[in-house]
Amino acid sequence: MIASAQRTARTMAGIDPYTGNWSQKEVLHLLRRTMFGATKSDIDYFVTKNMSDAVDELLSPTSFTPDPPVNNYNNGRITDPDIALGDTWVNGPTNQALYNARMESMRSWWYGLMLNQDRSILEKMTLFWHNHFATETQVYRDPIFGYNHHQMLRENSLGDFKALVKKITVDPAMLVYLNGEKNTNRAPDENYARELQELFTLGKGEDSGYTEIDVQQAARVLTGWRVNRTSFTSYFNPNLHDSDDKTFSSFFGNKKITGKSGAAGADELDELLDMIFSEEEVSKYMCRKLYRWFVYYDIDAAAETNVIEPLATIFRNNNYQIKPVLSALFKSQHFFDVVNRGCLIKSPVDYSVGIMRQNAVEFPTSANLVEQYYMWQIVGQVCALQQQNIGDPPNVAGWPAYYQVPQYHEIWINTDTLPKRNQISDIMVLAGVTRTGQTIVIDPIKVAEMFDNPEDAATLVDDMVDYYYTLDISTDQKDYMKSFLLSGQAATYWTSAWNAYKADPNNTTLKNVVKLRLQGLVKYIMNLAEYQLS
Amino acid sequence: MKRRDFLKTTAPFATLPVLMNGLPIHALGNPETMNILSKAFVNTDHVLVLIQMNGGNDGLNTVIPTDQYSNLTKARSNIMIPLSKVLVLDDVEGTGFHPSMTGMRDLFNDEKLTVVQGVGYPNPNFSHFRSTDIWHTASDSSEELHSGWIGRYLSHEFPNYPVGFPNTDMPDPLVLQIGSVVSTVCQGVSVNMGMAISDPGAYYQLVTGNYTTSPSSKAGKELDYVRHVAEQSNEYGQAVKTAGEKGNNKSTKYPAAGENRLADQLKIVAQLISGGLKSRIYVVNINGFDTHASQVNATGGTETGNHANLLSQLSGAIDAFQDDIELLGLKDRVLGMTYSEFGRRIMSNFSLGTDHGAAAPMFLFGTNVKPGILGQNPTISGSVQVNDNLPMQYDFRSVYASVLKDWFCLEDSEVDSVMLKTHQQLPLLQDTCNTNSNDRKALRKAGDAYVLNYPNPFSTATTIKFESSGGHILIQVFSPQGQLIDTLVDSEMPVGEHEVIFNAGNLASGTYFYRYQNGELQQTKPMILAR
Repeated sequence: MIASAQRTARTMAGIDPYTGNWSQKEVLHLLRRTMFGATKSDIDYFVTKNMSDAVDELLSPTSFTPDPPVNNYNNGRITDPDIALGDTWVNGPTNQALYNARMESMRSWWYGLMLNQDRSILEKMTLFWHNHFATETQVYRDPIFGYNHHQMLRENSLGDFKALVKKITVDPAMLVYLNGEKNTNRAPDENYARELQELFTLGKGEDSGYTEIDVQQAARVLTGWRVNRTSFTSYFNPNLHDSDDKTFSSFFGNKKITGKSGAAGADELDELLDMIFSEEEVSKYMCRKLYRWFVYYDIDAAAETNVIEPLATIFRNNNYQIKPVLSALFKSQHFFDVVNRGCLIKSPVDYSVGIMRQNAVEFPTSANLVEQYYMWQIVGQVCALQQQNIGDPPNVAGWPAYYQVPQYHEIWINTDTLPKRNQISDIMVLAGVTRTGQTIVIDPIKVAEMFDNPEDAATLVDDMVDYYYTLDISTDQKDYMKSFLLSGQAATYWTSAWNAYKADPNNTTLKNVVKLRLQGLVKYIMNLAEYQLS
Repeated sequence: MKRRDFLKTTAPFATLPVLMNGLPIHALGNPETMNILSKAFVNTDHVLVLIQMNGGNDGLNTVIPTDQYSNLTKARSNIMIPLSKVLVLDDVEGTGFHPSMTGMRDLFNDEKLTVVQGVGYPNPNFSHFRSTDIWHTASDSSEELHSGWIGRYLSHEFPNYPVGFPNTDMPDPLVLQIGSVVSTVCQGVSVNMGMAISDPGAYYQLVTGNYTTSPSSKAGKELDYVRHVAEQSNEYGQAVKTAGEKGNNKSTKYPAAGENRLADQLKIVAQLISGGLKSRIYVVNINGFDTHASQVNATGGTETGNHANLLSQLSGAIDAFQDDIELLGLKDRVLGMTYSEFGRRIMSNFSLGTDHGAAAPMFLFGTNVKPGILGQNPTISGSVQVNDNLPMQYDFRSVYASVLKDWFCLEDSEVDSVMLKTHQQLPLLQDTCNTNSNDRKALRKAGDAYVLNYPNPFSTATTIKFESSGGHILIQVFSPQGQLIDTLVDSEMPVGEHEVIFNAGNLASGTYFYRYQNGELQQTKPMILAR
C-alpha cells in the first residue's frame, strides 16, 4: 500500500438514476466496465443512444447458446476416434485420452466468445460467475462436465440467482470438484456445504453468522447426490441420503429441516436454500461482489449505505433476479460518478481480450479452424502468464484480486506481471503471432483510420488518448506521443506523409513511413501505466 | 583493449511461449541451453553519443566552402554568410565554419573534431520521414529495412537480448535515448534495444526522482500503484537512476537549464557516464533544422537568425560536453557524432530559407578522432539550378561502418553483417582497437588525383581513368540531383591504372558526378555533358 491511499476522493452518490452528460466519456466508462475492452464501433453505436437504452441493450444479450466448441485437435498425433475435425465433442462420448485436447478446445472456444462478444454484458457476467462459483478443470477433469457447467453459468448469468445456486449444487462438475458426490449418510463430506455458505451465498462478513453446526447440517441435507459419467448428469440416490431431521443454529432461527426418505429426500435442498436466502446478508454479499467486479474494490461506508443496501433491496424484491440489480447499478449516479471512473485495474482477461478488440485485431475465420483456435488459445496463454487461467482459478474462492484484503485488484500487477503485460502488447504491435500463414497483429494504420483525423498528429493523439485511457495526461506527455509521428519535424510533414499514403495505399514505402511511426505510438500508449486502468 | 568475453547469462528468464515457438518456457533456464545462448562479444568501455539534427541541416552554411564563395553567393545571396564573419580554421584554407560555431571551431583547432564532407547516399529521398528511416536503418534508398543500424549492432553483440538481461556483464541498458524524439535507430532485428528516458514523466522519475502528479482520486491511487510497480520492475530504470545519483558534471560551460535543450541532454549523458552506467550508446537530438523560411534574419545580418541559433546551440552543447567529459576523466571513452537526414538545396528560396537537399557534412568529436576535414569542398557551378544538389562524397554508411570497426572494434566481416553489405571504411578515428589502420594523411594530400575523365566536357561518351591501389573499386555516376545513374565498376582491381568508358546514352545535358572508391580512398568529380 502506498501513502497516497489517504487522499482518495469519495463520493456520496447513490443509485438514483444518472442524469448527466452522455458523451463518449460516459459510453467508454460503461463499455469498459461491462465488456472486455470498448471498441470504436461500439462506442460510436452507443453514443447515439441514451444512457438508459444503452444499459438495457447491454443487459439483453442476443443469445445465451453459442455454437459449442469443436474438435480442433485432430492433427496426426492426436486423433479422436468418434468426432471429426470441426465437429463438436460436447455430446460425447467421453474420452479421457483426449482430456487435454478437449479442455484446451473448450478454453480456446471461451476466449473466442469473449473476443467476438456481442454488445452485451454476457461475457463479463459469465466470467463473474466462473470466479464466484469457482471450479478447476484439473480437478473435475471432464471436458463435457466443463462445457455443461460453463453453459449453465452462461445461460443463467442474468437470471435467477437462487435457481442458479440450486443448479450449481447438483452440477456434476461441482459435485466432483467439492466432493458432493462423496457426501453420503455414512460418510458426510462437508466441503460443498461449507463453501455454499462461506463463498457462494452468505460470505464471512460481520452480518453472516452461520456456524460449524450449520455446515454439518447442510452437509447432511446434501447427502445422496451422485454423478453419472456416461450421461454427464447427476442424480439423487435415496439410499445414500441422510433421512434424519437437521437442526440449524440460532443464526437460522434454529430452523429444522425434516428428514425425508426416498426420492423426496432431494427436496430438502429447496428448504435449505429457502432458509439461506431468508437471510438479507445473501443479497448484500452478492451486491458487494458485483460491486467489486464492476465498480471498485473498496466499499466505504457511504457506498455500503447508498449503494449496496439499496441494490440488495432491489435484489430481494425481485426474487434474486440479477438483471434488475445490474440495471440499477449501471444506471446510477454512483456508477457514473467521476470518482469511480478509471480506477479499476484491468484483469488479465480484460487486458488481453481488450487489446485485441480495441485494436480491431483480425483473427482467422472458421475456414482456418485450427489456426483460429490456436490464436484464441494464445490469448488464453497470455492471460495465464498474467496469472489468470480461466477454467482453473487458484482455488474455490476464485482469484484473490476479488477478495484479498487489502490489495484486491492491485494483486494483478506486480514486478512479474507488469513487464509481461508490456511484452504482450509489444508483440502484438510489432510482429504479432503467426501460424501457418495466419497472423494476429495490430495494424496501426487500421487503428489510426478508426479516428476522424489521422492526418492531424495533434488530433490523432488526443483521440487516441481519449480512446485508450480514462485519465487525462499532461501536455508534455502528449507532445512526446506526437513526436512518434513527427520524428522531430513540423506537424505538416506528418499530414503530407499520411495523405501521400492515402493517395497511393499500395505503395509500400509510403505505407511503411506512416506505419513505422504509428507502431511506435500505439506501442508506447499501451506501455504507460494509464493503460492498465479501466 | 580488445577482448572477447563470454556473456554470462544469469537469472533464468521465462519469456513468452509465443516467442519461443513451442519450446517449454522453462527451457531458457536450463544450463545446457544457456551454453548455446552464450556468445562472445567485444568487451569495450567505448561510448558513442549520437546527435540527431532533425529537419535537414544546411551544410553549406555550416561548413562553408569559402573557395566557392562567389558561385555560392550567386546561388544563395539572400542567406549567404558574410565572408569576413566566417570562422577561420587553423591550417585550413578555403573552408570555414558558421560564425555561431565558435565552440566547435575551438575543438577543431584543438584536434578534437573532424568534419566529413558531403555525406549522403545514392538516390537521395527528400521526405524527412523516409530519409530519416534510411539514415536510421542504413538501408539503400530503394530498400526498406525495419531494423536500425545501432539495433543491429547490439543484436550482433548481444543476440539473446532481452533474455538474460540485465546481467553482471551488461547490467545497464544497451542504449539510452534522451530527448523528446523517438528513434528507430535502436530497433534490433526482433526487439528494440533502446530504453528511452525521454518521456518527461519517466525521465524525471529516473534521474531526478520527481513524479508527474497523478489525480487525487481512486484512479490516481491505482495509477500511483502501477507506476510504483513499473519502477520496481524496471531494473534498467533503477540502474539509470543509480548512475544519475552517483554521477556528476564538472564543466562550467553548460548554459543554464532550459536555455539549450541539446546541452541539457548531453549534460545528462555526461552525468550518467560518470556515474558508471555501462550503456554503449546514447541518442540525443536537436530539432528545428528544417529551415524553409527565415533561416537567417531579414535584418541584422545573415549570420543571425534561426540557423545561427541552432548552430550556436549545437556548438555550445558539444563544446561544453567535451569539456565536461575531459574534466571527468572520460575523454578516452567517449566519441560523439552528428547527423541529419539530409542537407539543403544549394540555391536558397525567396523566404530567406532553403529547401530539402542531399549531401551535407557530419561531425565526429572526441580526443580519439583523426582531426581535420575528410573530403573536399563541393564544386559549386556558376549556374546552379533550383533542383541541383550537392553530390555525395561519402556514403553515411561508410561512417557507420568505420565507427563499428574502429570504435566498437568489430571485425570486417562483423561490420558487414551489421551493415548488411560491405561499405568503404574511412580513416576517422585513432587506432583505439590496436588494429592496423591506414595513415589518414596519405589520403588527405591536396590535389592528388586518383580519378579523372576525358574528354570533358563530352557529348556522347567519356573515359574515366582511375588508379587502383589494389582491392575493391567502385565507380558510380550520379545525376545533379543525386540519382544513381550507373555503376561502372564494382569489383576487385589489381594495382595500377585502369579505365572505363561512360556512355551518356540519352541523358540530358548537364553536370554529372562520378564517384570513385578504392578502400577508404574516394573522390567525387563533376563532368559536363554538352550535346
